[in-house]
Amino acid sequence: MTRELVLVRRGAYHDSVTLMRISRALTEMPGVSAAMVAMATDLNLSVIRDLGFPAPEAGPGDLLIALRAEAPEAAVAEADRLLSTFQQPQTPAEQPPLTTRSALRTSADLVLVSVPGEYAFAEAHDAVQAGLPVMIFSDGVTVGQERWLKELAETKDVLVMGPDCGTAAIAGVGLGFANVLTPGPVGVVAASGTGAQQVTCLLDWAGTGVSHVLGVGGRDLSAEVGGLSTLRALRMLDDDPATELIVLISKPAAPEVARAVQEAPLRTPVVRALLREGGPDLTEATEQALRALKRPVPEWPAWPAWSGRTARHKAIKGLYSGGTLGTEAALVAGQGDFVDFGDDVYTRGRAHPMIDPTLRVEALSRAGDTEVVLMDVVLGHGADPDPAASLAHAVARTPATVVVALIGTEGDPQDLHRQAAAFREAGAAVFTSNAQAARHARSLL
Amino acid sequence: MTLLSAPPRVVTVGAGLLDESLRAQAVPTVPVSWRPPLPGTARALVTVLADPRRQAANELAVRRLTSARPQLVRVRRASEVLDEDTFLHAGPPIEWERASGPMRGALIGAMLLEGRARDERAAERALAAGAVALRPCHEHGAVGPMAGVVSPSMWLFEVRDDEHGGTAYCSLNEGLGKVLRYGAYGPEVLERLRWMDEVLGPALAATLERTGPIDLRSLMAQALQMGDELHNRNRAATSLLLRELAPAVVEAAPDTAAQVLRFVNGNDHFFLNAAMAAAKVSTDAARDIPGSSLVVAMARNGTDFGVQVSGLGGRWFTGPAGVPDGLYLGAYGPGDANPDIGDSTITETSGLGGFAMAAAPAIVRFVGGEVADAVRATRSMYEITLAEHPAYQIPGLGFRGTPVGIDVTLVARTGLLPVVNTGIAGRVAGTGQVGAGLVKPPVEAFTAALLALADEISDPFDDQGPRTSSPQ
Repeated sequence: MTRELVLVRRGAYHDSVTLMRISRALTEMPGVSAAMVAMATDLNLSVIRDLGFPAPEAGPGDLLIALRAEAPEAAVAEADRLLSTFQQPQTPAEQPPLTTRSALRTSADLVLVSVPGEYAFAEAHDAVQAGLPVMIFSDGVTVGQERWLKELAETKDVLVMGPDCGTAAIAGVGLGFANVLTPGPVGVVAASGTGAQQVTCLLDWAGTGVSHVLGVGGRDLSAEVGGLSTLRALRMLDDDPATELIVLISKPAAPEVARAVQEAPLRTPVVRALLREGGPDLTEATEQALRALKRPVPEWPAWPAWSGRTARHKAIKGLYSGGTLGTEAALVAGQGDFVDFGDDVYTRGRAHPMIDPTLRVEALSRAGDTEVVLMDVVLGHGADPDPAASLAHAVARTPATVVVALIGTEGDPQDLHRQAAAFREAGAAVFTSNAQAARHARSLL
Repeated sequence: MTLLSAPPRVVTVGAGLLDESLRAQAVPTVPVSWRPPLPGTARALVTVLADPRRQAANELAVRRLTSARPQLVRVRRASEVLDEDTFLHAGPPIEWERASGPMRGALIGAMLLEGRARDERAAERALAAGAVALRPCHEHGAVGPMAGVVSPSMWLFEVRDDEHGGTAYCSLNEGLGKVLRYGAYGPEVLERLRWMDEVLGPALAATLERTGPIDLRSLMAQALQMGDELHNRNRAATSLLLRELAPAVVEAAPDTAAQVLRFVNGNDHFFLNAAMAAAKVSTDAARDIPGSSLVVAMARNGTDFGVQVSGLGGRWFTGPAGVPDGLYLGAYGPGDANPDIGDSTITETSGLGGFAMAAAPAIVRFVGGEVADAVRATRSMYEITLAEHPAYQIPGLGFRGTPVGIDVTLVARTGLLPVVNTGIAGRVAGTGQVGAGLVKPPVEAFTAALLALADEISDPFDDQGPRTSSPQ
């Protein structure tokens, strides 16, 4: 006998990644048919309504537990056990710091901020005020706050990466969503996290490693922000002895900012990747970098599927977790309907689609047999430990034809080859170059 | 060393997964145990944090607070600094109608002491009719424990800040049990007060003329190392003060010296009032610095708990005073307790009292806990304070300075409220002390202060929200 239980815990905060892992663990319990443990944001309330639960009175500061199970109480007990396990990090007798300011009593080199965007300013402010560089993984920080932080950072001579900086790599350490990269001569300055991941994964495949990846946030080159982080990151890489060539992955820039970046006095050669109509795509930019370093350009690995062009295919549907990858694919394909599930409309109060496959699994199930679904799967630290486990299943079941851009390296913990094989077995064509995946999708129409 | 020269040590705040993936790469991390700020404060927090004056203002405020050098310089009659129709009381402003039992009791006692009423009834009528002006101690450079009532004939400690030149006053401590400050006004209470007026006050005044200024900063630093936290435990500090004073008392008042010394020796809390004046003169040094979010006073009148913030002048931000949680004397219980009362929270405001709990393991059971709770209480206060006191140190924490300088932005961010040690007064006028324990300040006093700080600042970002701008 299955029963429903919906609980609200007022003011109990947990981060969305932890809650997603707990939801998943509960769903796997015997006798549980639906489980959702989440903060009661508008989005999550609508998800539980969609799951057929009555939505309780609750706000974004409240914890929501919704269960459909034979013994929901047992599942609640398990949820509590998991919450307490995840809650207590490996902290010794010292009490854990409650703010970044407090944590900075111990010596550190960098602060990584991933709290919800509306609260990110305070933590990033603590870091910059203390003279430390900060990576703001959070999105939803206002452009005014961004400019304020970056102006303060100028006075403190430190780098602000982000906001909405999904990836960075510093001296071999991957931050945020980060692939395992071989050390090498190419430094990357990126306005886009997944754009940087594409370029560095291809470089890694080509046997040419990466020195550092510095993210600057998607708005850095706007007139309001003035490219402060881009210019600083370029100077830092220029001064770095390990960096022989810089790849600058930018978004469309305000003209005066673009000029300032263009005219920055650098000794190190710079290859630019700028996503716009007719501009070089990320794969082409990577190839240019390789040629500039006088290194061979390899074939980019791909695992084509049996399905070919058919009259049935009418349209391309892009289901992307990486905004820049989606933009690139849309430009290359020249048509289609693209959704960026990493946009903050979809991530408020829930984990990023690179971690939480739920929304994309749903979208796959809704796709029709006339559609070619083009999607990215991003590997590396921070990403879903086994994306094929949930997505390949959905790929196998969707009536649509699926093309996957698999962004990862052979060093990534998810095992690039195993992931490729799983998606291919599910019927998808798999490419390590997103641009090639998009061209392939277009060729299927 | 630059950011790029070596693998970084990372402070992580937010998603636990991102911290774990760093640990998986063998990167040392310090994870922040982050929670969203207090409800309704997110916008104000950002505005206040971005106030360009704030950083320097707080640095100045906390430097002034911690560099104050309080000296006990005189003992003098309140009438010399107070006009005759004014009574002072603890906490934010309050009128007779809203005054609690112990506050009324103490005011009645003061009316009787001053000979302004024949009996209790007459005193009540006169007070209700406004025969004397009731003003907060804090508005007259003074502080008073519990009801904190000061009437013109009482004697006051005068404490001067040698560093910044401020002056603060506090009454003389009557002892424990049935005493005016807990709202008792029976014959034995008035008799003791008269003896203090006629014997103790003059003797101490003459004594201080002989000793010259007594350095309270150094005396309090020593007392912390001897197990006092200088709010609920003042035994060491009282002993140290007695040592300083005793020879001069004998010389200055040979006829009454034995009585005076016996009285001081018999009251382990005698020093509290000097500590409070020292705390007041130190926190006053940090007042009125535009843009500063530092708390410069926390005080209760038995009805409201109020806070004042450096950047907001003399404005009070209040919430209802809570009932302390603690141990009760004899047959008294929580039902007999009055809500929190007194200016003695000035000790916590200056990094003593509950903030220095870890220094006073001897009294942790008294406030209902174990030694580990005391250590935890002090450690948690580092989360909401701006500095560690350079002179007031805690031996058990490796001589770490006490947490000092409460910042309302940190209270809002962490949701942690100041730990306050306190005595508990009986609810009914005339009862006296019924216990002692810990009390939780009302959160709304701190959020209201934060919102008021934000109100005074024009939007530092001039934008409306995320995504208002896109690249051209």
